[in-house]
Amino acid sequence: MALRDELGPYFGDFGGRFVPESLIAALDELAEAYAKAKVDPAFQAELAYLHATYTGRPSIITEVPRFAEHAGGARILLKREDLNHTGSHKINNVLGQALLAKRLGKNRLIAETGAGQHGVATATAAALFGMECVIYMGEVDTERQALNVARMRLLGATVVPVKTGSRTLKDAINDALRDWVANVDDTHYLLGTVAGPHPFPVMVRDFHKIIGEEARRQVLELTDALPTAVTACVGGGSNAIGIFHAFLDDPAVALYGYEASGEGHLTEKHAATFTRGRPGVLHGAHSILLQDEDGQTIESHSISAGLDYPGVGPEHAWLADIGRATYLPISDDEAMEALRLLSRTEGIIPAIESAHALAGTMKLGQELGPDATILVSLSGRGDKDMETAGKYFDLLDNVSKDDA
Amino acid sequence: MSHVAAAIAARKKAGSGALIGYLPVGFPDLETSIEAAVALAENGVDVIEMGLPYSDPVMDGTVIQKATQSALADGFRVAHGFEAVAAITARVDVPILVMTYWNPVLQYGVDKFSDQLLAAGGAGLIIPDLIPDEAHEWLIESERTGLDRVFLAAPSSTDVRLKQAVDKSRGFVYAVSTMGITGARNDVDMAARVLVARLRKVGATSACVGLGISSAAQVREVLEYADGAIVGSSLVTALAEGGVPGLARAAADLATGTKLA
Repeated sequence: MALRDELGPYFGDFGGRFVPESLIAALDELAEAYAKAKVDPAFQAELAYLHATYTGRPSIITEVPRFAEHAGGARILLKREDLNHTGSHKINNVLGQALLAKRLGKNRLIAETGAGQHGVATATAAALFGMECVIYMGEVDTERQALNVARMRLLGATVVPVKTGSRTLKDAINDALRDWVANVDDTHYLLGTVAGPHPFPVMVRDFHKIIGEEARRQVLELTDALPTAVTACVGGGSNAIGIFHAFLDDPAVALYGYEASGEGHLTEKHAATFTRGRPGVLHGAHSILLQDEDGQTIESHSISAGLDYPGVGPEHAWLADIGRATYLPISDDEAMEALRLLSRTEGIIPAIESAHALAGTMKLGQELGPDATILVSLSGRGDKDMETAGKYFDLLDNVSKDDA
Repeated sequence: MSHVAAAIAARKKAGSGALIGYLPVGFPDLETSIEAAVALAENGVDVIEMGLPYSDPVMDGTVIQKATQSALADGFRVAHGFEAVAAITARVDVPILVMTYWNPVLQYGVDKFSDQLLAAGGAGLIIPDLIPDEAHEWLIESERTGLDRVFLAAPSSTDVRLKQAVDKSRGFVYAVSTMGITGARNDVDMAARVLVARLRKVGATSACVGLGISSAAQVREVLEYADGAIVGSSLVTALAEGGVPGLARAAADLATGTKLA
């Protein structure tokens, strides 16, 4: 069977539904509604229309020769998901699920968010469709992504800072699941990544696979060939699976996912799920996760809130297991260096998440050399990260200087 | 008949039903949690549901989350759970079901976890994030060891799924009283009464209701139609606020709900 045809609930050993019985009816209802929508021309046309007139699809590809000089001279093409409405790839999935929620007659959307990108996208869709919206966000993340909190509130969403556990993305998902268990009758949980119980991993992937489908066509048009490699950052893995999927059955195209290793994958402050994790169950799916000997989830660390997650989607665990994709760690420092480099050489400020893919691509380019073409998922833009970058690079004038 | 089913049946035969009390191991510390469980048994609790703290308890409300998080922060290890079960069963003759999430069991090794639980004198396991559809390994190990396995039934479950929960459960089937997570509520949902009736129709002989029960009056009301009432958060609160003596009073008070009027 073609790798592209995997439909879950299991990808090899990974996936499934490890959730309380109270959610099974809702998951079944969602799976059924999605299966119908998938083959319903009216649904697909409505989504395509929104993407064309609201998201801004297709997103372009941009060749970045000055950046490529720092990547072994390989030809580097960026898939510009950062140019989508709301500033990242997240809108692809959000519009799809919000349309489904409408079909299910559910008028309340809840979602988790790490960096705030998915929360902003969900709040946007709720505003567009006139739905109620509650976003769960770890308290640590509401502090480091204050701008996105303001954006969500401006869009009419309620933002709930989550104070339990590590107070980051993992705990935001726990609270969103608790909300969903209690309010499943009128509420759709708009999960923002390719993790969670079936049908989320396969459904979210399907809503994002447009990234790779467009890019494959665009690269072929530009270069008359498939790329040598495709790269993306991986937290839960939604932008990565989105750009990988169209290439799964092109064996000549290498696939690389770059996960966040924070202060270094050999330190205790990292989010390097593949490098340091092992199989287990978290947030409703059997996949790879960071955990201690007792199976307690280990808190992750990354300068990038969107990659600060101790798990990963089950399809990625499967692609790693069968050797179809390779997952490597990128540290905070490497990512920030790549962020600055793309800004200075090409005038494009990437999200810190996407900068992990750029840093990995720089290393990969050195290995592959100037004959290679590398397609990079530039999943989001860096506007939201200016405070972090400002502090990291010491770019902000201090107050006394302003006053002088 | 399983130890748990027998304890519930005995209370039924006496004209009422069973009181099942939940407490987490390691809260406020390991030793006190053992004393607290013994106090439950000595104050009218028929079956103990002992929680093993887990980092991501999606089925638990704030009271239990806070208690289990504090146990984890104080260094709780899964092995402490077996120590606690052994210490409690050495002192009181009340069956103990361990309640935890699937990943700690999976990582310990389902076979090794089952062996250790049995050796400690434990009666079985309640795993709220494990549905029978995904429980293949646990079904095999519970058959091998004879441990009870309690699956959940929800108001939203289809009749086919209710039957599956009844058929696969041993000890009792856990009827989720409301669409929600753990935590005391003023009204235990009408949904519980309907759910238990549906469970009876698909063959349940031992169905206990949990989530939201916090008073003797609620226990009495639930036992009008169910075989047992499960109380958690209000006991955890009693222990946190009044120590073991406070907990003992709370348990004794709840147990009046199991006495005939």
